[in-house]
Amino acid sequence: MKASIIPLQDRSLLKPAVVSIAILFVLVLLPNFANTYQTQLVTYGLIAAIAAIGFNLLLGYTGLLSFGHSAYFGIGAYAVAFTVQNLGSHSMEFYILVGIPVVAIMSGLFGYICVRHTRIFFGILTLALSQVVYSLALKLYWVTGGSDGLRVPRPTLMLGLLSFSGAHGFEQFITSYYYYVLVIFVVAVSVMWVIVHSPFGKALQAIRDNEVRARFLGLRIRQFRWISFLLSGTFTGLAGILWVPLNGLTTPDVLYWTFSGEIVFTTLLGGFRNFTGPIVGGIVFTYLRTYAVATTEYWQLLLGVVLVTLVLLLPTGIVGALSRAAERLNERRR
Amino acid sequence: MGEAVAILTIQILNTLLYCSVLFLIAAGLSLIFGVMRIVNMAHGSLYAVGAYVTAWLVGRGVALGAPLGWLFLLLPVGALSVALIGMVIEPLLLRPFYRRAEEYQLLVTFGLLQILEDLMRLIWGGTPLSADTLMDALPILHIGGFYYPAYNLLVIAIGAVAALTLWVVIYNTKFGVLLRATSQDRRMASALGLNVGLVYVLAFGIGCFMAGLGGAIVVPTQAAVLGMGIDALVIAFVVVVIGGLGSLKGALVGAVIVSIVRTAGIQFFPEFELAALYVIATLVLLVRPTGLFGTA
Repeated sequence: MKASIIPLQDRSLLKPAVVSIAILFVLVLLPNFANTYQTQLVTYGLIAAIAAIGFNLLLGYTGLLSFGHSAYFGIGAYAVAFTVQNLGSHSMEFYILVGIPVVAIMSGLFGYICVRHTRIFFGILTLALSQVVYSLALKLYWVTGGSDGLRVPRPTLMLGLLSFSGAHGFEQFITSYYYYVLVIFVVAVSVMWVIVHSPFGKALQAIRDNEVRARFLGLRIRQFRWISFLLSGTFTGLAGILWVPLNGLTTPDVLYWTFSGEIVFTTLLGGFRNFTGPIVGGIVFTYLRTYAVATTEYWQLLLGVVLVTLVLLLPTGIVGALSRAAERLNERRR
Repeated sequence: MGEAVAILTIQILNTLLYCSVLFLIAAGLSLIFGVMRIVNMAHGSLYAVGAYVTAWLVGRGVALGAPLGWLFLLLPVGALSVALIGMVIEPLLLRPFYRRAEEYQLLVTFGLLQILEDLMRLIWGGTPLSADTLMDALPILHIGGFYYPAYNLLVIAIGAVAALTLWVVIYNTKFGVLLRATSQDRRMASALGLNVGLVYVLAFGIGCFMAGLGGAIVVPTQAAVLGMGIDALVIAFVVVVIGGLGSLKGALVGAVIVSIVRTAGIQFFPEFELAALYVIATLVLLVRPTGLFGTA
């Protein structure tokens, strides 16, 4: 019995491993054949993907829909901006070192409050708390710059070994930063993969599928949800930390609740019932949004139509639809 | 001394003004949730549509040289047009989602929000649309040496009448009974031969009418601007969270509390005025998740 399970598991792991190594290979070579603009766009996409996998730990694996994840993204971004302003540091490593604990503490704090509820009340609580952060960022202008936001100059990478100034500073920065983000992306995805496949991740899924049964098994439901919230917020915050040097500026817009809606959209676009969905969603959404903004003044209208169509026709997202199509093909072949 | 009383009177009137508009928006949101169990994220945008349509109609009316008195009839027309939009949206877009998970309901109305916001920009452009002709048509009152537009009193009166009418309709008419029956047990209502689909369309229409009326009566005092609906939605959320989702009484009490905090906030702690509202909403959710009057 046991012998038959192990090869099956191996086979099911082999395919994704081969595919992800192939994709990684393409991503590593990307700056050689893509121009600076495309490289920058993919970097934004990878960052959106990190935010979305963090968000999906809550939605897809814990069954909690947060409408306030802009808070953690924005707190990450503002933590970097405050570090620049008050400590005068320009080291990316230092930003991450300062930013991660700040984001973790804030999402731990907010999560502790929010996990007292589920379903729609959970969503409204997360939204209300993110709006507290938004309104403070907007109104305390002498600290946060108000609606003008705070500027974040180009940082140095690898403990100051790589700094970018001069004629080709921007191009060099984009290429180096792309690899920098790619490495963090790979690490983040691997960590998340381990989390959702660990006993902890399985427990979260058990709670999602049947709370009562999970409680009968002796799982401390609220605590599991809280840790899931903390991890989720921290991943999304990491995305905010990585995003702000690339964008060069952070404004209260990234804290507003419509930005939370975009994170939800991203995840749903890729599909929230599987691991790769949010990653695909992050990259596709970045392209979709960029081209929508470039082609029409009314890009929001276009995105709204896409969202409504998606929810009506493809509720499992791109990855969900593709995997179902693949399954059907396989069945026919048999 | 007289000046202090006058300031206080004006502040109370401002609170009531804000309260009646807020009640109209929040009552619609709450009614829709109470009957259909759907949180309509596009509700704020429907309020904004009401404001834009009314401002546009008033502008056309002035251009055509319509008498001032007649222009006031455009207020209910603006609200009715929003109700009609709602009665198209409900069967087309929302009906497929009642049996689906909450996530999808939230997302489809979020998509609707994005569509409506940009449609308003497409149709009316980025410049604010004003309807202050209506405000100027009514006299300016003198309250202890301060000027106060009489139009604001009209807004307060319309808010009060709307609240009363809604109350009577829901608790004292046959239609209200059908509405409450559907809200409590959709299946049973359907099994007893009630046309649930029709009740849903009407309830959504009434909810949208309230939002549209809010927008219509507020637009002469400010102007229709882009993003006003998105801002209004989160405040309306705060109101229904405090009062309880699905409760009419809750929407009223929530609107009163939020308006008082808002007026006091602008006066005494402008930096924390918005934050205070969300903190109150959070506290209420923690202590009484169903709000002060909610049962859901």
